[in-house]
Amino acid sequence: MSSVNFKSTRATQAATPITHSGGPVVTGTSVLGIKYKDGVMLAADCLASYGSLARFRDVDRLQPVGEHTVVGASGDIGDFQYVQDLLEKSMIHEFYTADGHALATPHIYSYLSRLMYQRRSQMNPLWNSYLVGGLNDSGEPFLGYIDLIGTTYQSSTIATGFGAYLAQPILRKAVEGRENEITEEEAIKIIDDCMRVLFYRDARSLNKFRRAKVTKEGVTVTEPYSLTTEWGFAENIIGYGA
Amino acid sequence: MTSIGTGYDLSVSTYSPDGRLFQVEYAGKAVDNSGTAIGLRVKDGVVLAVEKLTQSKMLVPGSNLRIQAADRHIGIATSGLLADTKHIVNRVRDEARSYRDIYGIPIPAKVMAERLGLYVQAYTSYSSVRPFGCSTLIGMVDEDGPQLYMVEPSGNFWGYHACAVGKGKQVARTELEKLKLADMTARQAIKEATRVIYTAHDEAKDKEFELELTWISDETNGRFERVPKELVAEAEAYAAESLSAEMDDDE
Repeated sequence: MSSVNFKSTRATQAATPITHSGGPVVTGTSVLGIKYKDGVMLAADCLASYGSLARFRDVDRLQPVGEHTVVGASGDIGDFQYVQDLLEKSMIHEFYTADGHALATPHIYSYLSRLMYQRRSQMNPLWNSYLVGGLNDSGEPFLGYIDLIGTTYQSSTIATGFGAYLAQPILRKAVEGRENEITEEEAIKIIDDCMRVLFYRDARSLNKFRRAKVTKEGVTVTEPYSLTTEWGFAENIIGYGA
Repeated sequence: MTSIGTGYDLSVSTYSPDGRLFQVEYAGKAVDNSGTAIGLRVKDGVVLAVEKLTQSKMLVPGSNLRIQAADRHIGIATSGLLADTKHIVNRVRDEARSYRDIYGIPIPAKVMAERLGLYVQAYTSYSSVRPFGCSTLIGMVDEDGPQLYMVEPSGNFWGYHACAVGKGKQVARTELEKLKLADMTARQAIKEATRVIYTAHDEAKDKEFELELTWISDETNGRFERVPKELVAEAEAYAAESLSAEMDDDE
């Protein structure tokens, strides 16, 4: 009896070997986030690339969750959509109690970090880097990072992907130590300047962005917009095969 | 209760000679003994109200909820055996979740009523189970606007402009029929619902009750919410005023 079971188990295992996620397929590039006087501001472009192909050009990578949180995603868009479903489900589950309490930014951040760590521990990571922006329990700005191996950290400026190299130094110089002084207008300028640099230098980017802010009043995500660019210098570039 | 002792009321899988299912009718009695629950469908929303008879003065106010959320856009008011209603609410939540998983959009009211109706009906078809001792009001706002359905222990369900179940259903229905529901806002309906619950309440038999009031309307952005304290107070004042006016007329 037991040998029969043993055989059938082995046969099943041979037929379906354990698989692991291979890597991202359709991807979004950098997400930027900063803290400022009234809260947190995030930005991401609207492109979902298929390798180097600019496959989808109207993708929203900034997802409001609840009243005072935005989740911004870079990496695999399919995995992000799955996470959006999970977050929606959790928010509805919390809504059942209808006691006026909802998951706040630190709770969503914690949930996402545990999810990402669990999946990497199963050798099947969700291929994303996330920024979670919002307000903590005492109403102060909150900005955190989570990646595909479950690493987390919080900071007043964070950039994922290529932005970690191109935008992060600019953000630090503009924001660090001045978090409580920066007005909304200035925050917009800092973010836009960085998105412009990213559009110039990141070959998987698009001049079509969305910007989100989280303040005590709640979440607002802008419609897609473009920045002015200047390509006159390109004539004088020599090399790179040109 | 001429059916008692005939043997046809012991199982839900046996009809009586004149084609009735007594167990289903008894389940209806369980609903009739419960505090009144009403629903009003008006032009910009749905209001659900329940007369929750308090079993004990030592119960914490707000416990044993009889109106609950099953999704952001779904309110469930129940009348009947409390334990059965909890099972029903869980089922409605499961259906709402499964519909979202499969179709990626909130479940429409008609689909929810159909699914719950089928589920409840299945418990009238087997000798191994008993029917649910509760009626369920489903208040929702979907793409077609505000919706109100009631599912009975038999599994039957209909859509309503307004409906009432429980102890005071006769009085409540008479009052609801007088209302111009199509021209009414949810804000006004809160007042009328409160008045109807107070009118249907039988002070001689049941002393204490807690009013449960919820709404889904344009004002709540299509979301299920408990009615805020200020509005409840306003509605209770309106109810008290119109009740005392009625008393004066009688004298």
